[in-house]
Amino acid sequence: MSEAAVASQAATHQSPNYKAVFWSLFFLTIGEIIVANLHQFPKKITVVTLVFLAVVKAVLVALFYMHLKFEKLIIYLIVIFPLFLAATLTILVLFDKVRVYS
Amino acid sequence: MEQSHAGRIGCLGIDSRKLGIWLFLASEIMFFTGLIGSYIVLRFHNLSTWPVPSSVLNIPLTGFNTFVLVCSSMTFVLGLASIQRGDTEGLQVGMFLTIVLGTLFLTVQVNEYKALVHDGFTISSSIFGSCFFTLTGFHGAHVFAGVVWLIVIFVKSLRGRFTPEDYAAVELAGLYWHFVDLVWIILFTILYLI
Repeated sequence: MSEAAVASQAATHQSPNYKAVFWSLFFLTIGEIIVANLHQFPKKITVVTLVFLAVVKAVLVALFYMHLKFEKLIIYLIVIFPLFLAATLTILVLFDKVRVYS
Repeated sequence: MEQSHAGRIGCLGIDSRKLGIWLFLASEIMFFTGLIGSYIVLRFHNLSTWPVPSSVLNIPLTGFNTFVLVCSSMTFVLGLASIQRGDTEGLQVGMFLTIVLGTLFLTVQVNEYKALVHDGFTISSSIFGSCFFTLTGFHGAHVFAGVVWLIVIFVKSLRGRFTPEDYAAVELAGLYWHFVDLVWIILFTILYLI
């Protein structure tokens, strides 16, 4: 691929529907606040739902606002690898503490 | 004078400036994931004494602030789309609105801090207080840095530095700004709602 072709790659990809993403984020945020105030459900279900909604919002921002959807595999790897490392560290510390306390 | 996109394509086929900012964001991901991970671990081991966030924090106000930051991401991408079409004025309006919304977010956060400290909820009052002020404080510092960066972009746009062929600096600032928005989305859920 020539340099010019690579250069124009970012500019020529189809522009995402930013307004649809915005309204999705808006309604998901309202949904989160409603779910957080519904006290008749078990706490675990509420937490899982809230985390799921937050992850959906974060993915929408990353894919469409940060244009990750149109990036090369190397960019995905740059994002996922540190996330994996930090998440692994957290999980290991969490389980280690559980072992110590039990 | 800034080089165009084509002049900075590296061996990976990616603009080296964009690769640089993504690597920087990778370090930021580790930074914030580490902080959030610490919060989860601390909370998990102090479940009995951990306060219900809504009993301490102002959820409607922060919900509004979340909306402000989401709107700022929207105004930014509309500004970026404008310069891609060659609409310099659209870029200027987009950057200006993003700066205003970023500043509004910080103002609301400062007022929230004042109210919390007034009520006795400080960084040293509890583990939750330490976690809360550390996480939101670092995020606020990132928003402040983002606003400064956006002001630089706005001034450059007023001087006509960006064209449909050369707007990489806007795109890079956008990656940082959206990342800050993304972090807040996670923080809002973890700190305020759960």
